[in-house]
Amino acid sequence: MSAREAILGKVRRALDAGGNAGRLDGVWQRLMEAPAGVIPARAQLAPQARIELFCAMARQAAATVERVAGEEAVPAAVTAYLRSRNLAARVRMGGDRRLKQMPWVDERALQVRHGPSDGSDEASVSHAAAGIAETGTLALFSGKENPTTLNFLPDHHIVVIDAADIGADLEAAMRTIRARYGKGEMPRTVNFITGPSRSGDIEQKLLLGAHGPRALHIIVVDG
Amino acid sequence: MQVTSPQFRQNAHDALADAQLQKAMGHVRSGFIDKRRTAVEALPEFDALRDSARAIKDHTLANLDLYLTAYEEKVTAAGGTVHWAETAAEARGIVLDICRMHNAGTVTKGKSMITEEIELNDFLEASGIRAVETDLGEYIIQLRGEHPSHIIAPAVHLNREQVEADFRRVHADLPQERDLSDPASLLGEARRVLRRKYFEADVGITGANFLVAETGSSIIVTNEGNGDLTQILPRVHIVIASIEKVVPTLEDAAQILRVLARSATGQEMSVYTTVSTGPRRPGDPDGPDEYHVILLDNGRSAMLGTEFQDMLRCIRCGACMNHCPVYHAVGGHAYGWVYPGPMGAVLTPSLVGIDKAGHLPNASTFCGRCESVCPMRIPLPKMMRHWREREWERGLNPAVVRSGLKFWAWFARRPALYHLATWLAFPLLAAAGGRKRRFRFLPLARGWVRYRDMPAPQGRTFMQQWRDRDTLKQAGPT
Repeated sequence: MSAREAILGKVRRALDAGGNAGRLDGVWQRLMEAPAGVIPARAQLAPQARIELFCAMARQAAATVERVAGEEAVPAAVTAYLRSRNLAARVRMGGDRRLKQMPWVDERALQVRHGPSDGSDEASVSHAAAGIAETGTLALFSGKENPTTLNFLPDHHIVVIDAADIGADLEAAMRTIRARYGKGEMPRTVNFITGPSRSGDIEQKLLLGAHGPRALHIIVVDG
Repeated sequence: MQVTSPQFRQNAHDALADAQLQKAMGHVRSGFIDKRRTAVEALPEFDALRDSARAIKDHTLANLDLYLTAYEEKVTAAGGTVHWAETAAEARGIVLDICRMHNAGTVTKGKSMITEEIELNDFLEASGIRAVETDLGEYIIQLRGEHPSHIIAPAVHLNREQVEADFRRVHADLPQERDLSDPASLLGEARRVLRRKYFEADVGITGANFLVAETGSSIIVTNEGNGDLTQILPRVHIVIASIEKVVPTLEDAAQILRVLARSATGQEMSVYTTVSTGPRRPGDPDGPDEYHVILLDNGRSAMLGTEFQDMLRCIRCGACMNHCPVYHAVGGHAYGWVYPGPMGAVLTPSLVGIDKAGHLPNASTFCGRCESVCPMRIPLPKMMRHWREREWERGLNPAVVRSGLKFWAWFARRPALYHLATWLAFPLLAAAGGRKRRFRFLPLARGWVRYRDMPAPQGRTFMQQWRDRDTLKQAGPT
């Protein structure tokens, strides 16, 4: 008997499950309907207040946040961020459609490299698929245009998000995933990111910049 | 890992005398409790979420076979491979086969208690494969040849000076005069050293906080980002998870995530919650070529349908040990196996046997703080009591305890004698307590009075007071 059959057999005997008919219906119903549970009231807000809550919660998680009026203002904001941190005017990004549309050529001094990171990049730029106001969390989906390495290897991770994509809660982000990939389907990786990496492993002292980015900068695009 | 739980009494004794450990444990008492309280108070729905999380796990456990097969189907459809393992040895064998198939020389590891449980690192080393822990705390204890003393803060028993000494010893190629006096410099050094390892590794191994049946995904929850680098840079990603980690849907995971981070570290949400589904897709610029999941039983199915089933709701947040006075006093290593604190006192006897771990469910004051903070509402004290009963039934208690309890039972079943004895003893003990009304020495209980005094009885016995209360009641309201 295979380990699979042995384990499932032990589970069934322990549950004294007898016939499956009644149980199967309940299980399929739950899998198909994915009922929402308790949703905190905190983020059930009008759009502007929701965006403000997102910014406040992200700052509480030690991210820096700025808001710009439109996507054409993003390249200049990236340049300004790099300068303010005394970083070289160089970023790596994927081929995300929304990032591509931005006027990067206007930033003459800024060198933009594309593709996944090999660990030598100081700063990367990603576009988030969704934001979660409840906790100030970003949701990034991997794919052809969105390398996952950009989220973890560079010291500075700059994430652009459309204000309209900031939902109230985790459940809103789950709905975004289903709408884009289909029910029950996922991209290879979904990264929910709340602030820069950190560790409290030495004497419980919270230190930023463990193995992932030391700094997370969020650019919220209004309009 | 050798089970030293049978020596719990000696372990605890040594721990109380260990000055470094006692200093380090001070950080547990002050840190975790306040952070959790602040986070819980900031979320009015916290208790409702606990009920919701408990209901989700109870429903899943009642249909575990169905959710496991649904999960397996989705993993396979996404291009991943599911392996089933009944025992630790089977799980280790599967990992080794996968490593051999890829000629792996080095594997990196995200923090995972299940790989501690199956003693994976020693096994891989013995098979000629280097296993590198990448979580800072795990990395530190690996350098020291130790095991975690806490399920989410593995090096919580250590002080900065000890870590500095280890880094100087192991990172011998770095300049000796470098300044490591600040925890940040230690973290920076570990970051630089481990960066190289992520790129060298052929296989990355992580655990899972959740497996999602709806999508065939595994979820890890971390703060450092090491788990992510472990799973996206090597060619092969292996997930090892015990069978009770499955939840039905993404929404169900979202419910439990809300109580997990707050209970563990007091964060609103951990920094990285990563949902992984299958290997790299066509066109993906990065990610592993292969994705394997090992579903491990190792004693879980034997807990189903017993009075210990509720323990399978545990999400390994560590809140029970963070709030446990016994854990605070002796630290995690004294418990003698992988899982310390109240959850360990229930789980360890289930997994290694009550004959070896009988001391653990007895190492509790039954103060109830563990149950009161458990996000999954696991009745930990009740289950410790179940273990005490089983220990008694199997005659595993020492002869002194058994004869003592038998004598007490004999005595307590003779009320007249009992009352007479207490009525006589009370004034005698009160007098013996002296002016300070306490004992600094007790025969047969020297260990107990070593750390505190025993108050002497005062006033009248409980039974006398109870009789007065009855008399008052009969007299009616005045």
